[in-house]
Parts: sequence; structure tokens; C-alpha cells
Amino acid sequence: MSTTLLFEQLLNGLQYGVTLFLMAAGLTLVFGVMGLINLAHGSLYMIGAFACAAVAAATGSFWLGLVASIVAAGFAGVLIEMFVIRRLYDRDHLDQVLATFALILILSEGCRMVFGSFPLYLDAPGFLAGPVTLFGGFQYSAYRLAIILVGGLVALGLYLLITKTRLGIRIRAGEADREMIAALGVNIATLYTIVFAIGAALAGFAGAMMGAIQSVQVGMGEPVLILAFVVIVIGGIGSIKGALIGSILVGVVDTLGRVTLPGFFNLFMDTAAANSVGAALSSMSIYVLMAVILIFKPEGLVSNNA
Amino acid sequence: MPNLSRETFLNIIISLGLLVFPFIATAMDEPFYITLATRVAILSLAAVGLNLALGTGGLVSFGHAAFFGIGGYAMGILASHAQTYTPIFTWPFVIEGTNQMLIIWLVAIVMSGIAALFIGLLSLRTSGVYFIMITLAFAQMIYYFMISWPTYGGEDGLSIYVRNQFPGVNTLDPSSFFYICLALMFAGLGLSAMIKNSRFGAALQAARQNEERLAATGIRPFNIKLTAFVISGMITGLAGALMADLNRFVSPTMLSWHMSGEIMVLVILGGVGRLYGPVVGALIFIIFEFIFGGMTEFWQFYLGLVLLGVVLFARGGAIGLLAGKARHD
Amino acid sequence: MTDQTVLQIQNLNKNFGALKATDDVTLDLKKGEIHALIGPNGAGKSTLIKQICGQLSSDSGKVIFNGKDLAGMDVADRAKAGLGRTFQVSSLVMEFSALRNVMLAVQSKLGTSYRFFKNVRGDNNLTEPAMAALKRVNLEERAHIMTAELSHGERRQLEIAMALALDPKAFLLDEPMAGMGPEGSKKLIGFLDELRHEAPILLIEHDMDAVFSLADRISVLVYGRVIATGSVEDIRNNPAVREAYLGSAA
Ligand SMILES: Nc1ncnc2c1ncn2[C@@H]1O[C@H](COP(=O)(O)OP(=O)(O)O)[C@@H](O)[C@H]1O
Ligand SMILES: [Mg+2]
Repeated sequence: MSTTLLFEQLLNGLQYGVTLFLMAAGLTLVFGVMGLINLAHGSLYMIGAFACAAVAAATGSFWLGLVASIVAAGFAGVLIEMFVIRRLYDRDHLDQVLATFALILILSEGCRMVFGSFPLYLDAPGFLAGPVTLFGGFQYSAYRLAIILVGGLVALGLYLLITKTRLGIRIRAGEADREMIAALGVNIATLYTIVFAIGAALAGFAGAMMGAIQSVQVGMGEPVLILAFVVIVIGGIGSIKGALIGSILVGVVDTLGRVTLPGFFNLFMDTAAANSVGAALSSMSIYVLMAVILIFKPEGLVSNNA
Repeated sequence: MPNLSRETFLNIIISLGLLVFPFIATAMDEPFYITLATRVAILSLAAVGLNLALGTGGLVSFGHAAFFGIGGYAMGILASHAQTYTPIFTWPFVIEGTNQMLIIWLVAIVMSGIAALFIGLLSLRTSGVYFIMITLAFAQMIYYFMISWPTYGGEDGLSIYVRNQFPGVNTLDPSSFFYICLALMFAGLGLSAMIKNSRFGAALQAARQNEERLAATGIRPFNIKLTAFVISGMITGLAGALMADLNRFVSPTMLSWHMSGEIMVLVILGGVGRLYGPVVGALIFIIFEFIFGGMTEFWQFYLGLVLLGVVLFARGGAIGLLAGKARHD
Repeated sequence: MTDQTVLQIQNLNKNFGALKATDDVTLDLKKGEIHALIGPNGAGKSTLIKQICGQLSSDSGKVIFNGKDLAGMDVADRAKAGLGRTFQVSSLVMEFSALRNVMLAVQSKLGTSYRFFKNVRGDNNLTEPAMAALKRVNLEERAHIMTAELSHGERRQLEIAMALALDPKAFLLDEPMAGMGPEGSKKLIGFLDELRHEAPILLIEHDMDAVFSLADRISVLVYGRVIATGSVEDIRNNPAVREAYLGSAA
């Protein structure tokens, strides 16, 4: 395999990792602050993608679609938090899992009622559609590169939000001690709604960006959700930094596994067998990574002692 | 026994109803109902498996589709090789396919038990949300593995043309196959009732309620939970083999996380930790699917609403509503 | 160390961040004795018990029990080896009856929990020893009451019954009398007085009358350190103890 191919795949892995981070960040924030496991996070990703595709189709502007994805997913997040999630904070994890599983059924089927079962297509904006030439004549998809940059900026923004702003201080206080921040006079209910909405908006944003690479369809959020779970198991639940490390690790390992394993098995098998074994095993690679990390660090790479 | 509890009474009614159901369906000239009832029995068995881990042991596994699917594939792989008269492998020794249910069940139970052992060994090192996410992730790993492994149909799955055989029974007759499944469901219920009342069951319930106390008593919670997880996986695996036999088809869908969610929903709809919770849950689920599925293609939307309602407002499940709070001694 | 020593704790340490919860603790427990461990709240007494039982890992130091180093053994191993402990805050299986709690200890004592078929109700091998243990703490009339419905004092008694059912080689009792009421405490004092001949007791207790009437030896823990060990008389007259502990408390 050539170095350019390898480099291209590395960038693909990074792009995938950045998208995963946008998902995982919301999940891990919601868990860290409210102690809630939210299976319906993938549905917010889907809502973002559909909102973007619908608005882009209606207005012809991808950018308006992107704004719509954030607004729609954030707004859906507020509603879901206020009507359902709020009742689950004091429940055990089993209830949380079931209620949010029910939400998935409702949101997926609801989406199917509105948009039908056929996938929608979303095109990247014109000037990002082609490749860009990086150093040494190396070409790479401008759109994917943009995702990496935007995702990096969002990660940085989130870091600044959590460490530098008043809201971030409250969020961190909420992680440490609910009573304490109540005593400080912060309205917990509002804080929780805001945190949930931020997570939802990030998921919707991720869904919209990925919608231009994959197709926009019902259920598109679920594989990403499960990978985001793997990410936060690896990174350590509740830790944004862990989510970032875990996302990049999962994105890169998954992508590289897919391209390198068949070649690896081809060294001692015929091509057809190597391709099938390689494909089957590479689909397992990140789970093996998770298992190995669990054996050595059951609390995840960045342990929060939570 | 004077004074049967309402729950026991309900259980007896349900059992009798299932036992005579093929006669009713035949009398109504609705043979398809027997297939529905067979699904109830099989899904109940799958949920009985999960209920042992979840209800008795408090292990919130969101990955039981792994065992259900492995049971399904055990059936699919063995039967497909029997169908084409090709051995499964020839080295280091020859293993042939088979269409004998008894052997298929055994293989399904052993294979899902091995999978549960590995998944349990890793995931039981953690607890709470980690455990939920890790069981989900490992089930998903097996799902993707079966999708990308082309030998047994990959994404399309495997079809089996003839139902497998059971000594002395015409399995092609829907009623006969129903009674096989029902007998296994009762066996599963009996086994889980026995386990719950045994020494092991006492330790398992203690592990759910107070691990610290169990350990201080000299019993290692990890081993108890792992054993329960393995038995639980085996029961669900057996149900998977039956479901594949009923459909004469197995595909990665059986391994998907929706399946895990569905099995869990069965347990909850009926009532967690109740002996007949899984049966009641499966009954409700199948009836719901039959009625609403006939009216709208979006029936799962309504299932979601009902489930949300049950979780938020009726935590004891259906048995809780009908028979009151669970009794303990 | 003589062969009279059952439990030997050597240079045990545990830090929580900057806090030295136990600081180089060395003490022992001899056959037939009650060794009381006293000290103000937060001195590290419960932490020490948890380290001995394996519930907390020690930063350094050794626990030797019947001549055997317990390093590498977990809580269940150590309980099996014969350490019977009670928790400062009752830790019981709440949805079990009192009897079934004790039956759990009996089944552990009998050797295996991997019996899947026989019903434990009516299994005399379990119920009889369990009932006997309950009787010893005067709880037999409450045997079939759900633990969640027992009073605070009754739960303390149940904790002791569970330890008894394990037939341990040493008892580690963390404030067994806390919240028991004068009548219950008095009975328990009489009971512990006898119990020491079955197995020695490391007793954490705030009730000084109980400590002074029961203890063969007393160790005083302050800020994680043992500042004195000796007979009741020694401790009463020890100026450092009076200064650090009794001076303020009594
Ligand atoms: N898990 C823990 N993490 C941090 N500090 C602890 C922990 N457990 C106990 N401590 C601290 O260690 C000190 C000793 O506690 P403890 O052993 O419970 O005291 P005692 O039983 O003598 O009252 C206290 O200051 C307590 O706050
Ligand atoms: Mg204490």
C-alpha cells in the first residue's frame, strides 16, 4: 500500500473521529452532569440530518440547512428533556435505557411518517465538492477536510466553554455536586435543559455534516450512537478529554483496519479469502480495542473517579 | 394450597390458555394464529433467559441479541450444511451439518454459553452504565462480524428449506412445533423458578441488592454474576435456535440491537423479576404487533408510546397492574 | 508474635489524597481477648477494618491472619478464611427476611453457593444453623420479617447474627452498639463477654462504659496513628490519651 493511500485513510479516520466526537461529547456531558444514559442521542443526529436535507432542498442553501440542523436538533433536545428526560434523572439506568429506547422508536417512526422510507440526498456546497491539493500534489476531499477543521474548532470551543465560561463552571460544579450548585442559587432544571440541548445540537450538527457524505435516512444515527458508546467506554465516562481521545482512536483504528487487514491476510491467503476474513475482522477491530482497554483500564483512559 | 395469590392464578390461566390454544385456532380456522402463538412461546423463552440476568441478578444486559442470534446461526449453519451435504469443516476432524433439533439445540446452547462467558468476563468487570454500553457494543461486534462475513450469507442471511427434525414428531405440523416450543418455554420457566429459589438464586439476588454484603459473607459476587449471565445467555440462545427454525431463516437482524431492546421490552412490559413477566410481555408484544401492525405500518411508533408510558407511569409492568406489588418472603 | 496471636496487623497505611487515614498502624489480636479500638470520629478506625477485610487496598503494610499473609486475597477470600465483620452502617440484603440473610452466611459456611435446584426454603441444613444464630442475638421472633422493616437496632443484631453464622476465627465489629438503646447495649455487652472465648474480637466502640467493662486491651487511634496500646488501666492513666482523646471527650 502506498503512503499516499495510507495518508488519505488516516485523514478519513480523523474525519470520522471528529464526527464521533461531536456525538460522544454530548453523550458524555449528559452522563457526567445528569447521570443519564441516553440511547436516543442517535435520533438527534438523524433529526439534524433530515432538517439539513429538507431545508437545503427547499432553499438551495447548504448553509441554511446546517443552521436548521442545529436549531432543529437543539429544539428537539429541549422538548425531549422537558417532557421525558427530566423524569428519568432519579430513575435507575434500566428505566433510562427503556424510556430512551422508546424515544428511538417514536422518533424513527415519526421521521418515517414525515419523510418516508426513501433516503434523502444532501450535496456538499459547490466550492467544497471537489478535491483540494495539499502538499506534494496530494489530493484530498475538500469537504472532508472542512469537517476535520470545523470539528476541531468545535472541540476547541467546547473546551473553552467548559473551562473558561460561567456556564462551564456551573456544568463542572454540577458534575461534582448537585446540591452544591443548587446552594449556589443556580437553577438546576434550566442548567440541565441547556446541557441536554447543547449535546443535542452537537449531534444534529454532526448528522448534517455526515448527511452529505452518507445518505440521509431513518436509523442513520444508530451505528454512530453505538460507536459513540465505544468511544466513551474507551475514553472514560463523563470526560470530554476522554471522548476526544477515544473518538480519534476509534475513527483511525476503524478506518485503518478496513484498508490494512485484507492486505495483511493476503500475505498468507488467497485474495478472496483474505478479503472476506479481513473485512470480517476489521469490522471487529474497534471492539477488540475496547476489550483490551477494558482489561487494563476498566474505568477508561481518562478516569474521572466518578 | 388454599388462597392462591392473584399472580399465581394469572399464571395458571395463561398456561392453560397457551396449552389449549392450537385447538382454539383450529376451531376458528385460523392456522396462522398458531404461528403467532409459537412466536409468543419462543420470545417468552428468550425473555426468560434475560429475566434471569436482569430481573433476578440486576444485570442490565443490552446485548442479549448476541445470544439469540448465535442460537439462530447455530441452527442456520448446521442445517445449511446438512441441506447441501457438505461438512462444516474437515480439519482437524470432520464435522458434518445436521437437521436434528436436539443436536442443534445443544450446539446453540453451548455456543451462546461460550459467547456469554467471554462477554461476561469482560463486561462484568464494570457495572452500571458501563455494563449496559459494553454488552451493547459486544453484541454489535458480532452483528457486524456476521454482516461482513460472506460465508453464511452476510447481510442477506441464510434460508433453510425444510424445518429440522425431532424424533417421533412431525415438526412440519404447526401445532406439533408449537408444542415443542411451548414445552421448552415451560422448561425454561421451571428452571428459572428453581434457580431463583436455590442457593445460587439467593446469592444472585443478594448480588443484585447488596454486593458488599455478599462478598463480606464469603461469596464472590463476580463469579455468581458471571454464572448467571452464562445461563441466561444459554436460554436466550436456545430460543434463537427455535426462532430460526420457525422462520426457516436466520439473518444478522436477529443479532441487531433492536432485537436486544425488544427482548428487554418483553421483560419490562410483563414486569421485571416476575416469573411469568416474560410470557405476559411476549403476549402483549405479539398481540400489539398483530393488531397495530395490521392497521398501520408505523406500529412501532405506538409501541414506543406505550413503552414510554409503562416506564414513566406503570413501573410494575402488566403483572404489576393486574396482580399488585411483587411479594417477597 | 506468640502462637496466641490470631490477627497481626503490621505497619498498615492508607492515604486518601493528602489525608493519612491510617498511618503505620501495628496491632494484634490474641486468642480469647477483646481488643478495643477507640478514637475520635474520623480517626481511621473504619478504614482500618476495611483494610483488614480487603474492602480497601492498603498502600503498604501487612495483615497476617492465623499465620497467613492475606495479601492478594479479596473480601470473599478473607471472609472464607475466617474474618467475620459487621459494618458500621448496617449492610444487609434488604428484600430478604432476616432469616434468609443469615441463611446466606450459612450457605457460604457450608461451602458452595453453586446449587441450582434445591429450594432453600425448608432446607434444614440452612435454616437450622441460621435460626440458631438468630436465637443467639434474640432475633428469632423476627426471623421472617423483611429486613427493610426491621428497626435500626434489630439490623445491628442481624449483622452480628450473620457474622456468627460464618463461625469465624476472629470478629471485627464496627460500632455494634451504635443506636441500640441502653437495654440492647447491655444484653450485647453480656453476649460479647462470652463470645470472646469462641473467637477474639477487635471491637470499635464509642460507648466508653462498654469498652472499659469488656476490653482486655485498648488501642487508641488518633489521626490514623496508634498513640497508645495497653490495658484499661494503662489507657485510663495515659497522659497522651487523656490529652488527645479522653480530655476532650470525657
Ligand atoms: N473513601 C474515602 N475517600 C476519601 N476519604 C475517606 C474515605 N473513607 C474515609 N475517608 C476519610 O478518612 C478518615 C477516616 O475515616 P473513618 O475510617 O471512617 O473514621 P472513623 O471510623 O474512625 O470515624 C476521615 O477523615 C474520612 O473522611
Ligand atoms: Mg467509623
